[in-house]
Amino acid sequence: MAVSASNEATAAGVQSAAIRPFRMEVAQEEIDDLRRRVQATRWPDRETVADQSQGVQLATVEALARYWATEYDFGRVEERLNALPQFLIELDGVDIHFIYVRSAHEDALPLIITHGWPGSIVEMLNVVGPLTDPTAHGGEAEDAFHLVIPSIPGYGLSGKPTTTGWDPARIARAWVVLMKRLGYTGFVAQGGDWGAIITDEMGAQAPPELLGIHSNMPGAVPPEVSKALSSNVLGAGDPRPSGLSADEERAYEQLSFLYTKGIGYALEMGLRPQTLYGLADSPIALAAWMLDHDARSYEDIARAFVDGEPVDGLTRDEVLDNITLTWLTNTGISSARLYWENQVGFFDVKGVRVPAAVSVFPRELYQAPRSWTEQAYPNLIYFNEVDKGNHFAAWQEPELFTAEVRAAFRPLRNGRSS
Amino acid sequence: MSSTLESATEIRPFHVDVPDEALEDLRRRIAATQWPEKETVPDHSQGVPLATMQKLARYWMTDYDWRRCEASLNALPQFITEIDGLDIHFIHVRSQHEDALPLVVNHGWPGSIVEQLKIVDRLTNPTAHGASAADAFDVVIPSMPGYGFSGKPTSTGWGPERMGRAWAELMTRLGYSRYVAQGGDWGAFVVDQMGLLAPEGLLAIHTNMPATVPADVDRASQAGEPPPADLSAEERRAYEQLLRTYGQVEYARYMAARPQTLYGIADSPVGLAAWLLDHNDADGQPAAAVVAALERTASDRGELTRDEILDNITLYWLTNTGVSASRLYWEYKGGFFNAKGVSIPVAVSVFPSEQYQAPRSWAERAYPNLVYFNEVDRGGHFAAWEEPELFTNELRAAFRSLR
Repeated sequence: MAVSASNEATAAGVQSAAIRPFRMEVAQEEIDDLRRRVQATRWPDRETVADQSQGVQLATVEALARYWATEYDFGRVEERLNALPQFLIELDGVDIHFIYVRSAHEDALPLIITHGWPGSIVEMLNVVGPLTDPTAHGGEAEDAFHLVIPSIPGYGLSGKPTTTGWDPARIARAWVVLMKRLGYTGFVAQGGDWGAIITDEMGAQAPPELLGIHSNMPGAVPPEVSKALSSNVLGAGDPRPSGLSADEERAYEQLSFLYTKGIGYALEMGLRPQTLYGLADSPIALAAWMLDHDARSYEDIARAFVDGEPVDGLTRDEVLDNITLTWLTNTGISSARLYWENQVGFFDVKGVRVPAAVSVFPRELYQAPRSWTEQAYPNLIYFNEVDKGNHFAAWQEPELFTAEVRAAFRPLRNGRSS
Repeated sequence: MSSTLESATEIRPFHVDVPDEALEDLRRRIAATQWPEKETVPDHSQGVPLATMQKLARYWMTDYDWRRCEASLNALPQFITEIDGLDIHFIHVRSQHEDALPLVVNHGWPGSIVEQLKIVDRLTNPTAHGASAADAFDVVIPSMPGYGFSGKPTSTGWGPERMGRAWAELMTRLGYSRYVAQGGDWGAFVVDQMGLLAPEGLLAIHTNMPATVPADVDRASQAGEPPPADLSAEERRAYEQLLRTYGQVEYARYMAARPQTLYGIADSPVGLAAWLLDHNDADGQPAAAVVAALERTASDRGELTRDEILDNITLYWLTNTGVSASRLYWEYKGGFFNAKGVSIPVAVSVFPSEQYQAPRSWAERAYPNLVYFNEVDRGGHFAAWEEPELFTNELRAAFRSLR
């Protein structure tokens, strides 16, 4: 894909030698090649079970391929992204791509939102309007945010690191630099999936400019529970820790399922990301790999493709926008390397010191109990369990997610010096 | 037209005959590979390096000749017979020597019958290879269900135990009333299961990947916990090797959980090749023997060559068995190297670069009827493929007492 940084001034008016305006430009040949590859897919035989227990079902991927090759509008990603101000900035040796929308409301709270895997900035596109322009989306002017949505190194339109070391803590440090470079002396941060881990790292680093964080995948699992879980990954069969409340038991069982049956992709990417050559060479391999994140989101996405019944915002087009962006940027493997780089437990307590807000979505990988969350985030300013939404909270439930982010950060606005 | 009963046990001759178009399509796909960028490390620690894959791909699409492999397969008598509802492909070579011992040899993953090609003549025709007529075997080499030219199961249940039953039926169908069985990797699981089933006629098994690990050590090594305190030096070494092995078998855990999601090994030749290359042995991941073979263009005494590595990968590609072969990991719910309780006569050869070197003490406990135990001085996980001469000698010695 041609990644071009144009020299035109943009609406956001960012003028800096190091911050370059950016537009995505995809050559027609790349689209043609992608479509050709999808149509020329050589399929395996059908799984030998009647459910998803062996992986992404052939019928699901065939339905996806049909729609991708024949109905999907390949210009969508480019159009959607280019409708927003985008920039590149070199941070710590890597070009970081970001969407940056300043609210028309002067007192807007600066917010940096970080996506995850297998996501991208595509996950956040439907919250840009509601967060930056609340009065047009049922909110108050006091709810406005200035919004920064970076692409993680190795993901989407950011550069790909050519050396090691880009772990969540380093990304967190880069985000703080980015916000300061944009001129913000007080800002908040939000994330889910890798974005949650990066945001937690920011909260643990606690730079003075960071007023608070919000997570929709909190790192709240107590160390002794985490230890029991990780021994079971390898089949040791340690017993469940005693003394858990009903909420905690539920969380333990959700995590136990995840670690023993549902996280093979993460372990494989953590150990051998480079071996996954099929993700670079086969669009269908990439699509299937990205669909297989967790059982609940897979169920929702399969419904969209097989039954034509998307669950709220997770439509076929949205799902394919994300996969198409990953294909066109050839970032299947570079994004997988984040798992190799990472050394922290996904759901472990990270030592966040700043004010923290947590929203628990019911179909998330695990539902963090309030008890664990209070221990993990000693300065917990907001905790709420919402009634719908899976792992991809912003993507699937943009309205609900927006309402959560507004409510979560409300207490931090009043104390701000203006 | 044969009756149902006859056709059910019919043994049909089989020849490999891949259409030109399939080979052209393979070359075209390799040439059109979209590559990732280079790994961010200077070694194998993130997976099979880009330079390795690109070099292999160049050779694969230009000078590599599948027809040579096809000819060597077709030089051997091959058959298909339906067992338990599935077409089973096998090589079957009878020795000229009357008293030859019938032997079924079972390959593993990421292998195929290609692993066994160099031992066929050595085993069936010993006098041409410096051994005596008394060492002769009649050799049967089946392709596991879902592998190579065997059928692909369309329903669940084809784990090692069912394969063990199928091989017993195959040997009976071939008219053998007394026979032995051999295996490494999945083949070792299958022959252990045959040993547990102890079908009438099975005299003994030989394994080059013995399952000997005592329960307490098995648990500790999987959980990454300290070993029991009373281990001998050899046992301690085996425990350390198991720890390392369990740290590099995510490919196996992945296939056990989500084999169907691996669409890239059906659609991308390079995706398939990298996945098959990234097996581990005692010297690392990918297996040191395979990495070395990628640089070896010719072989004096049967050492593994680049062509043989590609023969095996190309066989997977042409039969589109990447995913169907992976399902065996999903089917199997038991332990990897834990003692299974085999009580019939067992022979064990320990190769130094196997994933762990089974200590004699554990082998004796795991296999109470241990008729042979030997530690050889070279070779690894792909024993028959890496060291055909040494492997053949081991089988001759292992089964001598049972003739």
